[in-house]
Amino acid sequence: MIAAADLTVQRPRTLKQALQLLRDASAENQPLTPMAGGTDLFVTLNMGQRPSARYLDLWAIEKLRGVEATGKRGLVFGALATYTDCIESKAVHKRLPILVDAARQVGGVQIQNRGTLAGNIENGSPAADGVPVLMAADATVVLRSIDGERRVPLAAYYHGYRKTERRADELIVAVEVEVPDGTQRFDKVGTRAAQAISKVVMAAVGHRLAFGSVAPTVVRARALEAYVEAGGRDVAEAQRLALEDARPIDDVRSTAEYRRRVVANLVAAWLGGLDKPPRTR
Amino acid sequence: MPKKSGRDGGARRAKSRSGELRTVGHNVARAEGVEKVTGAARYIDDLVFDDMLYGATLRSTVPAGRIVAVEKDPQFDWTGFVFVDHRDITAPGRNAVAMITEDQPFLAVDRVRHQAEPIWLVAHADRARLAAGLARITVRYEKEKAQLDFETATEVLKEIAIKRGDLDAAFARADVVVEGTYRTGAQEQLYIETNGVIAQPGAGDHADGITVHGSMQCPYYVVRALRVLLGLPEAKVRVVQTTTGGGFGGKEEYPSVLAGHAALLARKAGKPVKMVYERHEDLIATTKRHPSIITHRTAMKKDGTILGIDIDLRLDGGAYVTLSPVVLSRAAIHATGPYRADAVRIRGRVMMTHTPPNGAFRGFGAPQSQFAAEVHMDRIAAELGIEPIALRRKNLFNTGDVTATGQKLHDSVAAHEVLDRALARHAIATKAAAKARGKTAAKGAVKGAVKGATKNGAAANGAPLRGTGLALFFHGSGFTGGGEVKLASKAGIALTKDGVQLLVGSTEIGQGTRTMHAQIVAESLGIPYDMIDTADPDTARVPDSGPTVASRTCMVVGRILQRAAEKLRAQLGDYDDGKSFKKRARKLLEARGTVEVIEEYERPGDIVWNDTTYEGDAYGAYAWGANIADIEIDPISYQARCTHFTAVIDIGKAIHPILAEGQIEGGTLQGIGWALYEDVVMRDGKMHNASLTNYIIPTTLDTPPITVEIVEHPYKNGPFGAKGVGECPIDGPAAAIVNAIRAATGKRLDAVPATPERIMKALV
Repeated sequence: MIAAADLTVQRPRTLKQALQLLRDASAENQPLTPMAGGTDLFVTLNMGQRPSARYLDLWAIEKLRGVEATGKRGLVFGALATYTDCIESKAVHKRLPILVDAARQVGGVQIQNRGTLAGNIENGSPAADGVPVLMAADATVVLRSIDGERRVPLAAYYHGYRKTERRADELIVAVEVEVPDGTQRFDKVGTRAAQAISKVVMAAVGHRLAFGSVAPTVVRARALEAYVEAGGRDVAEAQRLALEDARPIDDVRSTAEYRRRVVANLVAAWLGGLDKPPRTR
Repeated sequence: MPKKSGRDGGARRAKSRSGELRTVGHNVARAEGVEKVTGAARYIDDLVFDDMLYGATLRSTVPAGRIVAVEKDPQFDWTGFVFVDHRDITAPGRNAVAMITEDQPFLAVDRVRHQAEPIWLVAHADRARLAAGLARITVRYEKEKAQLDFETATEVLKEIAIKRGDLDAAFARADVVVEGTYRTGAQEQLYIETNGVIAQPGAGDHADGITVHGSMQCPYYVVRALRVLLGLPEAKVRVVQTTTGGGFGGKEEYPSVLAGHAALLARKAGKPVKMVYERHEDLIATTKRHPSIITHRTAMKKDGTILGIDIDLRLDGGAYVTLSPVVLSRAAIHATGPYRADAVRIRGRVMMTHTPPNGAFRGFGAPQSQFAAEVHMDRIAAELGIEPIALRRKNLFNTGDVTATGQKLHDSVAAHEVLDRALARHAIATKAAAKARGKTAAKGAVKGAVKGATKNGAAANGAPLRGTGLALFFHGSGFTGGGEVKLASKAGIALTKDGVQLLVGSTEIGQGTRTMHAQIVAESLGIPYDMIDTADPDTARVPDSGPTVASRTCMVVGRILQRAAEKLRAQLGDYDDGKSFKKRARKLLEARGTVEVIEEYERPGDIVWNDTTYEGDAYGAYAWGANIADIEIDPISYQARCTHFTAVIDIGKAIHPILAEGQIEGGTLQGIGWALYEDVVMRDGKMHNASLTNYIIPTTLDTPPITVEIVEHPYKNGPFGAKGVGECPIDGPAAAIVNAIRAATGKRLDAVPATPERIMKALV
């Protein structure tokens, strides 16, 4: 049961108010945890855990909503852009179709309506389905505080299990992607066909490859990428290199051994399709 | 000639099946349907009583140990809290959950024998305060060695033996002896509504009595448990079943425990107390399907004739006996599968482990033992080089054959027919699927570039492995052996000015009890279905019709109601329709005040059972089933997926065809879940994946198209020929799927759940 009585929730209407609240709270050493759709948070609270007693509910800040297409291959996701927004965006379909695949496999419709990409990133779950896609597409996280903005590559955003680059007075305001060239591919191996948490996720854009659920954070397969970039196509070597970055463990959902096998199988399948002409929609 | 129906045969059925029946065999509106779909139905957590407290349970966090101390945080404000421990249970009450034995305490005294065992009960008017308080109570233990693995356990909770014929001689004559060992995992019932009750001091005029409202299958089991716990006579205990969101056996015995807890708190507080479990608590604390390990040794002639069957069967009982002896009994009696052998030996044991007690779950031991039997049949077929279907045909029960307990199967034996029908329906479905695939393949050629790459890479990496598997099974309806005689169930009918009211203790838990009983009575009285009302399942009003379990509610209780209706009809004299019935009813009511006919179970004369030697007619009748599973395995993820499922079940007579088909589809899917997805992960004696996120049941997208066909071989002692339907459908799917996996991969799994991790290990 959610013991909501002793939770503090601030609901700013503007981004400026939000940033000021974050700054003040951080200065008083009582940081506010930003909250978007709440789809991860409510599960945690319902289980009797309380990651924080103080929340900043961003849902009312209209400015943070939506997906925008920029230039020829750019996409800008507002901090409140939901999975449904991705599914409904023509630009996402055209430029980063694997994000639509991923979004459709996140929870059910209710979760897709509330869950956000930015929340998915900041929550820091290694099993996030959207994050590998964004990471493989070289996405940039836009952080803003009352003092200004900075941009951090998503691939450098995580410092460890659920540890992120964000300072307590900062907010993710957007996620920017300049979609690179190349074949896109998304594979989710979950516990069932829907409403499933991933056991292994793989996302690829050209030679860029990211995995979920195989390390403390979503990871890029740098060693393998370098090998493929240099023209390497040997399957066994590629599989070996993938497992340098993908270092799964046993947990409640699966085993390390299983995840290693699946990673190897996915790499083989990816490699097989790599030099075929990119798909079009 | 028995009539058949397919799920798609509605129109055909209306013409061919109803015959002269006006209500039975027709798909009437569900009795409680409107209130459920409009949201008017009130579940236990919707109810709020004046001045009500909420109750919670302090549970053990070690699998075995001595309780050294229970301590409340002195810094915490305990105002308004009520506490109960074992010392609050006083003579003549007893700290024992009355079930088959009385070994399980309501509250631990000085020792705990499993994780999540109740130690203290706490109540408060505010739920949040209650949760905060519960977190401030600590238990100190002296840990003891825990036996967590039933395969190495030595303490036996119950043992039974079934013997028939000369086993040694059979094995001496055998051309080949085939041996195999099979394992099945625990399974959670996963009713959507968790366990919950409200206890209220007082019962009717008795201020010192107790009333419990709650979600449950068996109100009279709860009455008995409360009588023993509180030392009260039956008149002072009242139990009312509220609208119940599913049971599947999970609300057979456990509500007795929960009702006892709430009653203890309510009596101490002098106020109503509500206890409703959160999902996590429900998962870690309540009963599951017994895990099993079963070894078969079969003496075979080269031509495929079974000479002798030797089975060793062990179940994981958990820490207390609960219903394990009767689960074991049903498992053992069904352990040969629907096959004859002149020599049979079945040794069954329930092992004690320091884990939460396992208990009733749809099928009640038969799914475990018939999983082993049917996977073993495929092994025998492989070792003898005989077609699996031919091997089965050679040994399947026919009318006149004798079962392991020596029961001669007089009538209603449909083992061969369900097989024939399943093969026919499967052939049709396969043809249709091939045709549809042809079409999609053509479409796919165009769209392939779009979709192909994202579909788990299977297309890029070679096609999935495909296979088809078969399982045949049977399921005895009603209580085992002399159980029905002991139950002496009662049910009846009261005349009202608008029709009749059913007085029956059977519960509606989603399966259609109310509808089906009303149909039987309407048909028997010759009045319209909408003139039948059913009394609320309140033990102050309805008689003890026995528990709503064991596929007995239609065949056994329905038959009692039918007899009551026939008696009432005789009392009313001649009438031709609902209108003239009402006239006569009103006249009779004027003359007598109330008119009620209560009937009791009558043992059919030809049923004989010896509970000491385990010989005789184990069940009045059996339902018969055949399953064919088509599966494919993704070569990347090793996930086996069922692509089509055929289920043909003989249930004697479908009182309400749509509800019966729903039972078959639901039981089949629950069987598929057990076979492929549902894995209770235990750590240190506690369920580790106790959430809906991590305990995986199939979703709609994991559900294959299911072809259902009902076969109707009537049973003479069932109402309109009906036998049981609730459980039989879950006995076959696991074996059919594991046999299909073997067909697809050539590898033996011999265990469920067949998770991708297990399939991977078999393949690489």
